[in-house]
Amino acid sequence: MIGFLLRRLLAMAATLLAVCALTFAVFYLLPSDPAAQFCGKDCSADRIELVRQQLGLADPLAVQFWHYVTAVFAGRSYGTGQYAVQCDFPCFGYSFQSAQPVWDLMTDRLPTSVSLALGAAVLWLLLGVGAGVLSALRRGTWLDRTLMIGTIGIAALPVYFTAMILLYLVVSVAGLLPYPRYIAFGEDPVGWTTNLILPWIALALLNAAIYARMTRNSVIETMAEPYVRTARAKGLRERRVVGRHGLRPALTPVATMLGMDLGGLLAGALITESLFSLPGIGKLFADSLNKADQPVIMGITLLASFFIISSNLVVDLVYAWIDPRARLS
Amino acid sequence: MTSHPLLDVHDLAVEFTTEEGTVRAVKGVDFTVERGRTLGIVGESGSGKSVTSLAVMGLHRGATVTGSAKLDGTELVGAPDDDLRKLRGRRMAMVFQDALTALHPYFTVGDQIAEAYRAHFGGTRRAALARAVDVLGDVGIPEPARRADEHPHQFSGGMRQRAMIALALSCEPDLVIADEPTTALDVTVQAQVLELLMRLQQERGLGIVMITHDLGVIARVADDVLVMYGGSAAEQAPADTLFTTPRHPYTRGLLDSLPRLDAEDGAELRSIPGSPPSLLAPPAGCAFHPRCAVYAAKPDARCTGERPLLRTVADGHRSACVHDEVTA
Amino acid sequence: MTTETAPLADAADPGAPAALLSVRDLGMTFPGPRGTLRRRPGIRAVDGVTFDVRPGETLGLVGESGCGKSTTGRMLVRLLDPTAGRVSFRGQDITTTPQHRLRPLRSRFQMIFQDPFASLNPRQTVQQIIAAPLRAQGEGKQRIRAEVRDLVRLVGLAPEHLERYPHQFSGGQAQRIGIARALATRPELVVADEPVSALDVSIQAQIVGLMERLQAELGVAYVFIAHDLAVVKHISHRVAVMYLGRIVEIGDKQQVYDHPAHPYTKALLSAVPLPDPAAERTRERIVLLGDPPSPANPPSGCTFHPRCPKAQDVCRTEAPLLTLTAPGRQAACHFPEA
Repeated sequence: MIGFLLRRLLAMAATLLAVCALTFAVFYLLPSDPAAQFCGKDCSADRIELVRQQLGLADPLAVQFWHYVTAVFAGRSYGTGQYAVQCDFPCFGYSFQSAQPVWDLMTDRLPTSVSLALGAAVLWLLLGVGAGVLSALRRGTWLDRTLMIGTIGIAALPVYFTAMILLYLVVSVAGLLPYPRYIAFGEDPVGWTTNLILPWIALALLNAAIYARMTRNSVIETMAEPYVRTARAKGLRERRVVGRHGLRPALTPVATMLGMDLGGLLAGALITESLFSLPGIGKLFADSLNKADQPVIMGITLLASFFIISSNLVVDLVYAWIDPRARLS
Repeated sequence: MTSHPLLDVHDLAVEFTTEEGTVRAVKGVDFTVERGRTLGIVGESGSGKSVTSLAVMGLHRGATVTGSAKLDGTELVGAPDDDLRKLRGRRMAMVFQDALTALHPYFTVGDQIAEAYRAHFGGTRRAALARAVDVLGDVGIPEPARRADEHPHQFSGGMRQRAMIALALSCEPDLVIADEPTTALDVTVQAQVLELLMRLQQERGLGIVMITHDLGVIARVADDVLVMYGGSAAEQAPADTLFTTPRHPYTRGLLDSLPRLDAEDGAELRSIPGSPPSLLAPPAGCAFHPRCAVYAAKPDARCTGERPLLRTVADGHRSACVHDEVTA
Repeated sequence: MTTETAPLADAADPGAPAALLSVRDLGMTFPGPRGTLRRRPGIRAVDGVTFDVRPGETLGLVGESGCGKSTTGRMLVRLLDPTAGRVSFRGQDITTTPQHRLRPLRSRFQMIFQDPFASLNPRQTVQQIIAAPLRAQGEGKQRIRAEVRDLVRLVGLAPEHLERYPHQFSGGQAQRIGIARALATRPELVVADEPVSALDVSIQAQIVGLMERLQAELGVAYVFIAHDLAVVKHISHRVAVMYLGRIVEIGDKQQVYDHPAHPYTKALLSAVPLPDPAAERTRERIVLLGDPPSPANPPSGCTFHPRCPKAQDVCRTEAPLLTLTAPGRQAACHFPEA
């Protein structure tokens, strides 16, 4: 088990390094001049050259890459002498646009994205898994058919469409909720909830539909397993047969999928954040992309990779915890 | 002891509705099982042998079951779900073919046995686990206390089937239905498991229904035999009689087509032509007539008319063939 | 159907080796599972297997699950590359020949599989399936059509079956298609891996009978791999019994079945229930303890010793070699039966 963990952590580090190198290479090949960008408008050639030196952009690619990677763990200083600027651990560089540390930019936005992702996940799990299980256990009834037709309809709706409709109906027409803005959970839990409820719904609906269909299939498949028949043959109550013997294995693949979906979403839900103007990481990423703000894009890419890879690891560990066959001897 | 048989099945029929039409999987079978005796049900795929056993246990979901099956005088067909549940595992238990898929992969073997015990007798988890360890010991699993803590995939094939038997016996049932219990096992392990079942039967006076396609297994363990074909009973007799003087052309065909270890060298296999019938479109009349040597030699309208029912041809020996007087 | 190509003709050639297939010290070690730093030791599925198959004969290969009989079968036709030893077909080593140079020889040895449906392409018609090996040989279209017609008739199917797809057939019929495909190139050797074990009892006899008839007509040799001792007894001329990757006994069928030399063979035979209740009540039965051990962790010395009723000290330390116990008869036991 320890060996397995070690192997996985090593692989994780290697993957992150590879992602980092790839993104780095892509920006190096782009024709834009980061130094000019950082310097701003009306910058003299000398000044641009100074900035280039200070940011270390004149170094060879490999050296730049090395500096970048070591800075993440040990921090670094830009420039020398009186112009030296110390960037402390964890250092992801400075935004070319705002000249703020990338790490601060990301950590400012992270709570918004995490709130959005977690809330939506809870919502789509409740709706999706609930509908899926119900559908599977009432297979072939009108309830099953209605739910499954409903999921097809919902799955066909684009997120921006749902978001617009929700905003229009709930906020503009009915005035039930305020136009969403982010309020920290610690400041005002009620405000946090009421402000995020529409983005949650917009983000969760599609996944709820997908999860419902997947859960239904998985439950139907599991309930046909010989071990479920054995549970009935033992004389257990149907509730126990379904709950303990059927649903546990049936929901294992759902947990796996949740891990992966959530991993991606924690680093920002680009469309939803933009639509509701929520200052999350997704929105930051979109803005940075528009302005080719390399350090921020790099930082977010790494953060997203980190979330996705670690959630995969968590999924594998959870899997081994649920299913003894997956445990390593 | 009561006067009625342990299991008394009369005119039991099972139907399924599928998208392609109604399947009559079992078309009215009769048999009885006495305490301490073994009934072997033999048949090929689609003969209805497994469906029959599941119907007796009330485990055939989505099927329509008619007729009667009485366990120690209690009617099972049409009984309320909760009544059946209280009998399942307690008075009648089942041993399935492949213990690897029939035992739950997530729970320990001890836990699965204890769960069955508690479902019927209640009590603490600890007491039920102790009981599970006892039964695992009874079926010859070494170090039962340690093995009870392991999961099914950690058992060898033979030990897993023993654990399956332990599960079936944990509540001291009167009737055990074993559906191909040794088919997935190697022959040396099969011998151990059959030995075990016979020992347990002697010790506890179990009535056993042994469902198999293997005539050797039937000869080894069965007192009485029911041969099924295409959802009906073809022949029914004490085991010795069935193997020495089979009456139904299907039984005789089956025995003639069997490669035997005890055969003379160069003995010819006489195979039955054709394949087992489709359940969706069964042949009219006797389900076996399209493959029957007697019918091929001398076609008879009776074979394609009504489905022949079992008729007594000798003491305790019944056969469902209109030609019986010819073939006797 | 022509019999001019019957392989027995070659065998009469002066100087041609007597054995059609000769297997020497064949071994297969599968790589072990990955550990943290290095791989765990490999699994010896097959170890030191040696035997000959003569033209036109049937060699039965029996044993329980995990004994390596299927792995051996796959190596005989080079579906698996052995990790040790060699297989020669008509004196030509086929274990080291590169796959592309093996192609002309491929038509001379073929394989039949256990699950007839899994081994037939569901998107091809019977015509296409059986024609494939002939097309690979570069036969002309007309010729192939005629050959395929002959073949389906040979295996007891009708020409109208040619345009159907595998799923439209029963298990027994599908196995006939597999046999027709295997015989399309008129091979001298067919390796059949559990060809009847997935079939209903009444159908097994049909396929066994068909294989026997085809051998009589075409002179093809079989390596018949099965766990069912009765079927193997029926169809084989000679029998090899495998246990944990090794041959423990090999010899003439009648001798092996009537007077088994190896205690394992003896126990195996006594464990098979006979379809005869009277005999079952009285017969002497050797019930072995435990399950066959895993090839990942084989016992020391003679691998059978933990289950052997005759085991002595020497059996725990020294692995017995396959030695001649009677003419044409070998067993690997320190204390063979007389």
